Amino acid sequence: MTSPTPLHFHVPEPASRPGGKPDFSGVSIPKAGSVRRPPVDVLPEEIRDLAYSIIRVLNHEGRAIGPWVPDLSQDELVAGLRHMMTLRTFDARMQMAQRQGKTSFYMQHTGEEAVSCAFRIALGPDDMNFPTYRQAGLLIAHDYPLVDMMCQIYSNEHDPLKGRQLPVMYSSKKHGFFSISGNLATQFVQAVGWAMASAIKRDNRIAAAWIGDGSTAESDFHAALVFASTYKAPVVLNVVNNQWAISTFQGIARGGSGTFAARGLGFGIPALRVDGNDYLATYAVAKWAIERARLNLGPTLIEYVTYRAGAHSTSDDPSAYRPKHESEEWPLGDPVIRLKQHLIAAGAWSEERHKQTEAEILATVIAAQKEAEAFGTLHSGGKPSARDIFEDVYAELPPHLRRQRQQIGV
Amino acid sequence: MPSYRRICVGSASRSEFDAMPRMTMIEAIRSALDVSMARNDDVVVYGEDVGFFGGVFRCTQGLQQKYGVSRCFDAPISECGIVGTAIGMAAYGLRPCVELQFADYMYPAYDQIVSEAARLRYRSAGDFTCPLVIRMPTGGGIFGGQTHSQSPEALFTHVAGLKTVVPSNPYDAKGLLIAAIEDPDPVIFLEPKRLYNGPFDGHHDRPVTAWAKHELSEVPEGHYTTPLGKAVTRRAGEAVTILAYGTMVHVALAAVEETGVDAEVIDLRTLLPLDLETIVASVAKTGRCIVLHEATLTSGFGAELTALVQEHCFYHLEAPVMRVTGWDTPYPHAQEWDYFPGPARLGQALRDIVEAR
Repeated sequence: MTSPTPLHFHVPEPASRPGGKPDFSGVSIPKAGSVRRPPVDVLPEEIRDLAYSIIRVLNHEGRAIGPWVPDLSQDELVAGLRHMMTLRTFDARMQMAQRQGKTSFYMQHTGEEAVSCAFRIALGPDDMNFPTYRQAGLLIAHDYPLVDMMCQIYSNEHDPLKGRQLPVMYSSKKHGFFSISGNLATQFVQAVGWAMASAIKRDNRIAAAWIGDGSTAESDFHAALVFASTYKAPVVLNVVNNQWAISTFQGIARGGSGTFAARGLGFGIPALRVDGNDYLATYAVAKWAIERARLNLGPTLIEYVTYRAGAHSTSDDPSAYRPKHESEEWPLGDPVIRLKQHLIAAGAWSEERHKQTEAEILATVIAAQKEAEAFGTLHSGGKPSARDIFEDVYAELPPHLRRQRQQIGV
Repeated sequence: MPSYRRICVGSASRSEFDAMPRMTMIEAIRSALDVSMARNDDVVVYGEDVGFFGGVFRCTQGLQQKYGVSRCFDAPISECGIVGTAIGMAAYGLRPCVELQFADYMYPAYDQIVSEAARLRYRSAGDFTCPLVIRMPTGGGIFGGQTHSQSPEALFTHVAGLKTVVPSNPYDAKGLLIAAIEDPDPVIFLEPKRLYNGPFDGHHDRPVTAWAKHELSEVPEGHYTTPLGKAVTRRAGEAVTILAYGTMVHVALAAVEETGVDAEVIDLRTLLPLDLETIVASVAKTGRCIVLHEATLTSGFGAELTALVQEHCFYHLEAPVMRVTGWDTPYPHAQEWDYFPGPARLGQALRDIVEAR
């Protein structure tokens, strides 16, 4: 008997690396309007194919077509465009502020603005998001004050979180935005618990869980799917696939599974895959899943196919691990440009109004920044008290912390 | 001596005791859950085998039948999922009291406990809070081997934002558990499983005793709390202070009786926040201290106790503080009683410390 061929070890590799030519030939993109829209009470097994497709509404000319065209007015779409533009401008200013040494760290949303901005509009005012660090659109599209966001980023004397959290780890119960941990994936299962609680109390509110492609590999993601499936929790399970987990391409977390959406199928959770750079499609799919949860029909898993056009964070340089111009080759384009084109094609917008709005938003963001900086930045001006180190560890200060606070002399 | 130290021993008259039911530790824990669920609709109870069956140790028996499946239910075998969902529920405004089947199984939930439950109030500046109780059977003495015998309390006391409780008897178990459920912060509630059905002094070769014969099995049916952060002196003495909790309180009392050393036995009850005042008052009086626990020695909670006694009582000490603990090994199966720090090991330490100069 001949000995078998020795085993070999498999490590997936992205299509191209620095110096190579960007290659998205592996990303199969259906035509806008081509994917069917099932009723929200559809059985999960009847829509398994949707976990492998991509729901799209905006075509190349910027026209909205097909069964997923949402009922958003032109005014609402203009508002959506403004939210995305505000987020992009906010990012640019805060990125610069970090480079100027005004804070330690920042994380941009470039290329992914549609996902969180559109989702927030689809959600009810009292619902609760359990976000990651790249969903600030949930705050901006819900009119959270830019000054408060900046004060958090600067960890200054007006920081709502009293200087305790890394920049962008916001928290606002009032705005349906759960405290960001910075520990990956933990929030995904907490969202399911929040949704279970809402069902236990026979409430009408639902939860939205957020996670990136890379951290779906954490066990919390799988625990969340088990619990959501078992208890039919009223939760929308959002996976933002921006192709890159720092330097690790999405294939390392996805493995042999065709898509991240397909992860839901084994749990009997209906799964949709959507063009995350298409504001209209993202809104429509979110609305479908939210309605489903609200009608007590249980969880939905949504994979947003998008692209992280910027660096992971201010501590990252993507040119070290992916082709320099890869983002320009991303086949789903830019969410701001696509919605702008759509509005122009619909006669509701113009290049001139766009430029004007850009200038107006920049002025607003700069004014907010001036106001925030008056309360201090990380290394200068007003800062939270050393006393704040000891508060909120417990509801009441225990004796050992009282002794330690005395040692620091505050 | 402050009155709280006598909260259990002799705090009620004989006739009151006669009127009181006697409970095992299991029944007392079940009663605490029952009372809490009856008083507050926001209290929910779940975990592996917790619902229909009532838990592998029977602590939740009858609760699903009484309060319905939305208040007491079975969970998938996922400690990360059980604690993670409970954190979400607590953030919503419920008061979940979840069971992990054994403390040895808590590691998949550790990230959720340490990075999430413990820090939620802090990192959100009080915007979100986590009033959550995580119950888990702890300690050995039941031939559970390495995966059903561990005492991981130091892994919790080391974490800022958690409270850690270890009751030693039915009366305290009920009062402390109700207090934990009513507490605004996450509480780790470690139940010494060898004490579930009777007090255990470490004499494994003697007949098992039932709680019914023990004074602290007299447990009121209704609502009461035993405050978190307050120790109790189980035996007053002059020669040496023994700091113990859980099963080891009974071991300490037995060793004291057998050696005749006039030791003061303090039952810590809550490890964090710690009742340092009671400890310091006792050691200042006796001048000697033995720290006793079942967990491994190195970086165990005894190390913290020893350091605190040294910091606060140095000029009163007449001998080095001694630690009597489990060995720095995994918990063995066949050699359980060679591992367990029973009355013989403590007795030797007592004799040594009173002679030490």
